[in-house]
Amino acid sequence: MNGANGIVFEDVSKFYGDVLGVNRVQLSIPPGITTLVGPNGSGKTTLMNLMTGLVQPSRGSVRVLGIPPSDPRRLFAVTGYCTQFDAFPRGLTGYDFIYLYLRLHAMGHAQAAQLTARALDRVNMAEAARHRIASYSKGMRQRIKLAQAIAHQPSVLVLDEPLNGLDPMARAEAIALFRALAGEGLYVIISSHILHEVDQVSDQVVMLSNGYVVAEGQIQAVRGEMHQEHPLQILVRCSQPGLLAANLFSQDHVSEVRMHHDRGGLLVSTRDPERFYALLGRMVLEGGIHLESVAPADEDALSVYEYLIGGGGGAA
Amino acid sequence: MSPEVSVWSRQILAVVRLELKKNFSFRRALPVYLLAALPLAIFAVHAISYARGWIRCEGSEDLTVFAGVFQLFVLRLVVFFGCVVVFLNLFRGEVVQKSLHYYFLAPMRREVLVVGKYLAGLLACGCVFAAGVALSYVILCWHLAQTPARELAGPAIHFVAAYAGVTVLACAGYGAVFLLLGMLFRNPIIPAVAVLVWESLIVFFPPLLKKISVIFYLESLCPVRVPFTGPGSLFAITANPTPAYLAAPGLMLLAIAVVAAAAVRIRRMEIGYGLE
Repeated sequence: MNGANGIVFEDVSKFYGDVLGVNRVQLSIPPGITTLVGPNGSGKTTLMNLMTGLVQPSRGSVRVLGIPPSDPRRLFAVTGYCTQFDAFPRGLTGYDFIYLYLRLHAMGHAQAAQLTARALDRVNMAEAARHRIASYSKGMRQRIKLAQAIAHQPSVLVLDEPLNGLDPMARAEAIALFRALAGEGLYVIISSHILHEVDQVSDQVVMLSNGYVVAEGQIQAVRGEMHQEHPLQILVRCSQPGLLAANLFSQDHVSEVRMHHDRGGLLVSTRDPERFYALLGRMVLEGGIHLESVAPADEDALSVYEYLIGGGGGAA
Repeated sequence: MSPEVSVWSRQILAVVRLELKKNFSFRRALPVYLLAALPLAIFAVHAISYARGWIRCEGSEDLTVFAGVFQLFVLRLVVFFGCVVVFLNLFRGEVVQKSLHYYFLAPMRREVLVVGKYLAGLLACGCVFAAGVALSYVILCWHLAQTPARELAGPAIHFVAAYAGVTVLACAGYGAVFLLLGMLFRNPIIPAVAVLVWESLIVFFPPLLKKISVIFYLESLCPVRVPFTGPGSLFAITANPTPAYLAAPGLMLLAIAVVAAAAVRIRRMEIGYGLE
């Protein structure tokens, strides 16, 4: 990927006085949904603010589709940012909030009104749009912010904790919207400290801890690189777990076999998942074991983060 | 007009529209409207009291009294504090409300934002305070027409535009200063008080220092001079008023220079509400 077609951080550091924001970040974010993962204070928001020029790097450079944040005319024509601040300009209705800020793009009335209506529809806020934002619930405020960020149809959408305050139904709708936007070819960058959300949403993850990028890539690939240090756990549910366990103990790539707490399956730890899956296939065919399910038990963002950081530091 | 300038002008208009919508509804800007109504109330009460026969008034001193009220009360207090309320909050208010980033995330140069916000404040303050002053003066002239000095009322009405113009220039000068202070200081009230003290004591300063003030140029533009009297006059240093053809453009240049400084400042501004 070249610099003009991605979001590129080149050796970026940001210090707030003596306090580290992020340090020596070298990152290239492709299209699709990328989630920045880490506990509070790990540097997620700083990375997003650096991308959008709300803060300036102490060192290094950032380019969004080849555009530096110092060029707001070009940058914000293609970028939308839904920040974590639950704050709005005083006295505006939801409609005004989107329409009046669209006029800052030097759009005429008709175009701004059309884009406003489309954005409101997209987040199911058309009915409440004529009410003042001050009367909105937390979930409605979150959705109107999202509408404002997507109203000008950006190519890059940056969302800081976008699922905060949403009820389960609204979360599902928001995730579907993110997927749809990513499907349209957008770069969707989401931050989250709620790791079980990440697996539902992300194509890529960037894991942060104390201002450093500790891992990046597809979650399965990141997990795959850790097999030697942290063997992959696989949950095998089958008709004869005891027989299966006896056969697995002799394998050198299997480091641990445990009975699942419901006694309906085995938790197998292996440093070589491919050999394990091949072996399991043979045992099923030759040993007459009836398999119910086989699934990785720790190939998710939470487990990977805990292995990397050692407990998550507040990530949950 | 080049495409770039055309975009800037449309964006400035959009900022002005947004600012007026946000900040200048009747309820939200009530303190500003009340301040603007104060001189109106003074002269209305005076005129009504005379018309009802509650007070005696020859009328011959009224134009000087109006000039005194305008220079000592309207310019130094009403317009000054009106501009404090409006212009200090253009940026500081947004930082406190955590809503400034919405502007920073729009595809426009931050300098354009500064100009747009300044013009919105100037439009609002200029209209409200100039209208207040003009109405006050019209009431004074109506009152003069009832007094023995009624022959003064006719020529005096021509000064209404001068007073309104000085008021707008005051908003331009003080507005620029408070816009910048609102960006530079976390608590801009203290520097605002310092400006008030400076503007109040300028009468005692030598001519060179007088020129570093807004009020000196404004007083030079007023159609009626007000003599400085009282015990303090012993320490007052008089200076020749700046000619109008220099004072008005000079004040505008000062305002432009201060707004330019604000535009330079905003380019380095970062969003860090948590640190405020």
